[in-house]
Order: sequence, then C-alpha cells, then structure tokens
Amino acid sequence: MWDYTDKVKDHFLNPRNVGVIEDADGVGEVGSIACGDALTFYFKLGEGGRIKDAKFQTFGCASAIASSSALTEMVIGKTLDEVSKITNDDIAGYLGGLPKEKMHCSVMGREALEKAIACHLRQPDKIVEGEIVCECFGVTDREIERAVRENRLKTIEDVTDYTKAGGGCEKCHERIQGIIDSVLGTTRLAPIKPKVLTTIQKIRLIEESIEREINPTLKKDAGRLELVDVNGDRVMVRLGGTCASCSKSHITLKHYVESKLRELVSPELVVEEVP
Amino acid sequence: MNVIYLDNNATTQVAPEVVQAMLPFYSELYGNPSSMHSFGGGVAASIKEARENVARLLGAAADEIVFTSCGTESDSTAIRAAIESYPAKKHLVTSRVEHAAIKNLFESLSKKGYRTTFVPVDRQGRLDLDFLYENLTDDTAIVSLMWGNNETGVIFPIEEISRRVKERGIVFHTDAVQTVGKIPIDLSRTGVDMLSLSGHKIHAPKGIGALYIRKGTKFAPFMIGGHQEKGRRGGTENTAAIVGLGKAAEMARKHMASGSYTAVRELRDTLENEILAHVPSTFVNGDRANRLPNTTSIAFEYVEGEAILLMLNEYGICASSGSACTSGSLEPSHVLRAMGVPFTAAHGSIRFSLSRFTTRQEIDFVLEKLPPVIARLRQMSPFWKSAMLKARG
Repeated sequence: MWDYTDKVKDHFLNPRNVGVIEDADGVGEVGSIACGDALTFYFKLGEGGRIKDAKFQTFGCASAIASSSALTEMVIGKTLDEVSKITNDDIAGYLGGLPKEKMHCSVMGREALEKAIACHLRQPDKIVEGEIVCECFGVTDREIERAVRENRLKTIEDVTDYTKAGGGCEKCHERIQGIIDSVLGTTRLAPIKPKVLTTIQKIRLIEESIEREINPTLKKDAGRLELVDVNGDRVMVRLGGTCASCSKSHITLKHYVESKLRELVSPELVVEEVP
Repeated sequence: MNVIYLDNNATTQVAPEVVQAMLPFYSELYGNPSSMHSFGGGVAASIKEARENVARLLGAAADEIVFTSCGTESDSTAIRAAIESYPAKKHLVTSRVEHAAIKNLFESLSKKGYRTTFVPVDRQGRLDLDFLYENLTDDTAIVSLMWGNNETGVIFPIEEISRRVKERGIVFHTDAVQTVGKIPIDLSRTGVDMLSLSGHKIHAPKGIGALYIRKGTKFAPFMIGGHQEKGRRGGTENTAAIVGLGKAAEMARKHMASGSYTAVRELRDTLENEILAHVPSTFVNGDRANRLPNTTSIAFEYVEGEAILLMLNEYGICASSGSACTSGSLEPSHVLRAMGVPFTAAHGSIRFSLSRFTTRQEIDFVLEKLPPVIARLRQMSPFWKSAMLKARG
C-alpha cells in the first residue's frame, strides 16, 4: 500500500473543483488512457486578470486525482504570471509530499497548467513538443530534460518516477542516461587513456573504470560489478548486490556497462556476464 | 470498521481449527522430529499425519510430499531440480501468464543461457495448446504451467496437458498454489511430475508450502543439508506450520466434499452478475466457463484500479487490482496484457477473490457500495462522457 499523506487522502476522497468550465479561458489536456493517467485542467479569469475558477477531470490513481485537486486550489485567486511559476515540486509540497514513484502525478499537473496558459495566450507554439524518447509513454526529450533540471534527477529510475519515461520496454534507457548526463553537465573524472594499450594496461584501465565510473552508478541501486577475467576484448564480469537478482540486470550490462567501457577503454570490448 | 475480505488469492484467514492444532507445537511440543527420544518422535508422528493429509488432498502418496517454506520455494525447487537432473537439456517451457515465482525465474534462467518459450493465451486467457505442443523438443527439460491463474482464475486443462507432455518424456510441473483446495485434484489420474502448493492460500499460515514429487521423478534438492524430507529438503522442519498445513488440507478436503465451494461459486456468480447488471461498460476478464470458483476479475472501463481500491478501502472492502499503479510498475498486469485486454479496461481491472468464510451479507455490502464508487470516479474521468456520447452514436 502506498504511504500517502493525510492531505493526499483528503484531496483524493474529497476532490475540490471536479468538473468542466464550458467557457474556460484556458484548457490543458495531458496524458492518455493507455498511459494509465490523464488530466484535463480548465481555468476562468476574473477581475484583475486573476483566476476566479479552476476545474479538473482526471483519470488515474489517488495521487493523480489529489494532484489535480491541489492544483486547482493553488491557482484560484492568482494571476497567470504567478501561477506560471508553479513547479511540480510545489504541487507535491502542497500535498505534504508524494511517494517518489508517484512524482509523475505532480509533473502531470504542472504540464496541464502550462498547456492551459499557452492555450489562453494563444501560444500553443510556446509548448515545444520535442522529440519522443520513450515510446511506451510518449515522453519527449524536452519533458525529460526539464524534469531532470528542475528536480535534479540523477538516475534513470528517478526519471521514470517523475515522467514515466523508461518505465515500459526500457529501450530508451540509453537516451535517458544521455539526457541526464548532458543536463547535469557531468564532467566525471575519467581515467586517462593511453593510445595503445598493452594487455596489463587494458586490464588496469577496465578495473579503474569499474571502480571510478560504473560501481558508483550501480551503487545507487545497491548493485555492484566485479571483474572476473579479461580475454582479448572479452570482459567477463559478475553482477552482485541487487543487480544479481534484478531482472533488468541484462540491460544494465549490455547498455550501460558495455557502452561505458567502450567509451573509457576500447571500442572493441564485449561484456559478458558469468555466473 | 468491519473488514470485508475479498482478497483471498493474496492470502487467507488462518482457520481457527488450524491455529488450535498448531499452538502446542509452539509451547510444550517443541521436540525435534529427528531426535531419537520419544519426545521428538511424537512430533515426527504429527508431521507424518500432516503429510498424509496433504497427500490425500492431492490424490498422492505421503512420501511424494516434501514440505517447503512457500509456493515460491516449491516452484524454484521443481524447476532447478529438472535442470540439474537433465543437464544436457537447455529448453524450458512455460506460459505468458504465470505468477512471478515462475515468470521471473524463467526470465533469469534465459539470461543464463537457457532457451525459454512462453506459451501465449487468447483473449479469454485460454492456453494456446497447439503452440505448446508444437514447441516441445527433445531438448526440453521441463514444462511448467500454472493450474489456475491467480488474477483471472482461468483453469488450464492440466490433466490432459500433463499426460501429453509426459508422453514426450518431458518433466511436467504445475504451480497449483491457487488451485489446491478449491477444485478436486487427483494427481494419480494426471501426468503431473511435480506440483507446488502454498499453505496461506488454504487457511494455513504463511511460511509453509509443499512440493509434490511423483515417485520415480528425477530430483535434486535445492536446499542441501540434513536428512530431513528424505534428503529432498534439508533444514529442521517448521513443525507447527507443517501441522497447520496438514490440518488445513484435511479441512479443505472435507469442505470440498460437503460442497462448500459450490456455495463460494454461487456467491462469486452473484457478485459478478449483479455488478455486470448494475454497472455499465464493465466486463469479466477470462473464460467464465473454466475458472476457479472463488475468483473474478472485472474490468471497469475508463477508471483506474488504484482509485477504485482506495475508495473501497474506505468501506473496509479489501480487493486487488491489475492496474499499473498498484503494482509499483507503470504498466498493467502482464496477465491482462498477455490476454490482450485493452488499456481502457486493464487499468481499471479489479480482482475479487472469495473464500468459504465469505458471507452473503458481505457480497450484498459490496454490491451496495461499489456502483456509486465507479460512478463517482467515472464522473471525474475526462474519458467517460465522450465514451458515452460515442456509444450513443
């Protein structure tokens, strides 16, 4: 069972402002039924350009409904300039926090708000759609980039919690990692690589790369990689920690470890898992 | 608040008689069944009786029963035993709708060099038998198919399949965790070589399971240690839980004989039919003609399962869901996806699973509380109105 705050439960069981505004000044639609959650957000402006009414309709879990309800309460009485500063973290904070795996519900709220404002300003172009990275959940590079930047996300799992991207077939994990790296501007300390490697140099460099680069990343998921042997370009490794029992370990191995070792040591390397 | 417990495929209430049977083994009867003295020997006699009761429930012989810690251990033991007994064979067969105990084990083995075949099911959750038989090879070490599905209750024709697989000289295992104690099983009439069962699904406590191993089946233990369970599973016996499982098996057999599962089936059918009659855009997942008597999976279109469960929770009603949000993953259950249940319905699928303790009053209470919950969530859903307009043309 999810550990929801009392405020989340309250907004779920007694949602505020459910419904439709027929003559709305702005409407924002996000999500889809295939993805498991969707939100349509409406607002109506009153005197002094302040939002006098806001309504929502949501298909989704308790935290999606609570986030939508919270959003409507947060915007009523404010100007568009004020509400355009609302972040997903503000929505989660208003509810006393959300479980990490449910942060995407707050992101959905912020996105709907943004779309509704762009709709009002007749600037749909202002919403740069970006290019789809995660095909399972239709998440674009721009959305991922923004979530990483605003929430200082560090791992693919974080990105999945906040945007759902990467939570399906996992084919996009490499691209997500690329976005994380570019946003965080990671100038990680890479081992110095000589031009031509002798066998002993190659083994040392592999060991060094695993210790400095790969294991610190795997450690976030309580995983660990152990070098077993090197035979020519074949690198034999064993996964330990949670990686050993994790069903995603094969993907970790292929996509992450291999590409990292190819980048840092030699492009010819092939990583193999040994029991 | 009263608890209306309709989540018996997750776990069951321990029957009071089972608790009573177990208690002495937590106090005065603490002897080790392996001991030479009669103080331990008395405990061994109780374990023998429990083993006989479990065997009788399955139509098996007592020495074909090995006690384990849970259904998952039984499954892992069975699959690994077959692999170890036939080291040259590198092909494993299962279905696409198995419990995680088999599904994740097979996925893990496929990474270790085994070729795995996952047999598909149709829209009703029925196994593609032609596909299964066509994919059996001389390299196949084991076929493992669940007897009854935990999410939909759909029953696979294990008697027939097991005989055909056995004719091919291939080991056959079935995960019958949801099936044992709910429908009569007579293993002597099947080709089943190994069968997994779990105590806490049949009103025994958690932490006890059993593996049936047909006499003559090649076997290698998973837990190696002392001579307990005739060397098939090392480790001092969980005596109280074994006695509890024996008592639960004895009671399950009596209850099935006295028709209590007909009563459960009638209650399930009432619940299902009334929901279908009173809640629009709703359907049953799975082959209604061939199901465990206690299970129904109902899809409520255009609403999300977690929201339904948490609103029911406010009334003390316990059920479960195949939706993404409840599983911690982002996609709906692999069972519903394998069946091709559309996303509009998979996200809003709820499983109700009854037991012999379920009463008519409880079903009536659910029938009173559920339709307004669905109506309320649909009124909140941005898809409901447009779906209704479309339906009216």
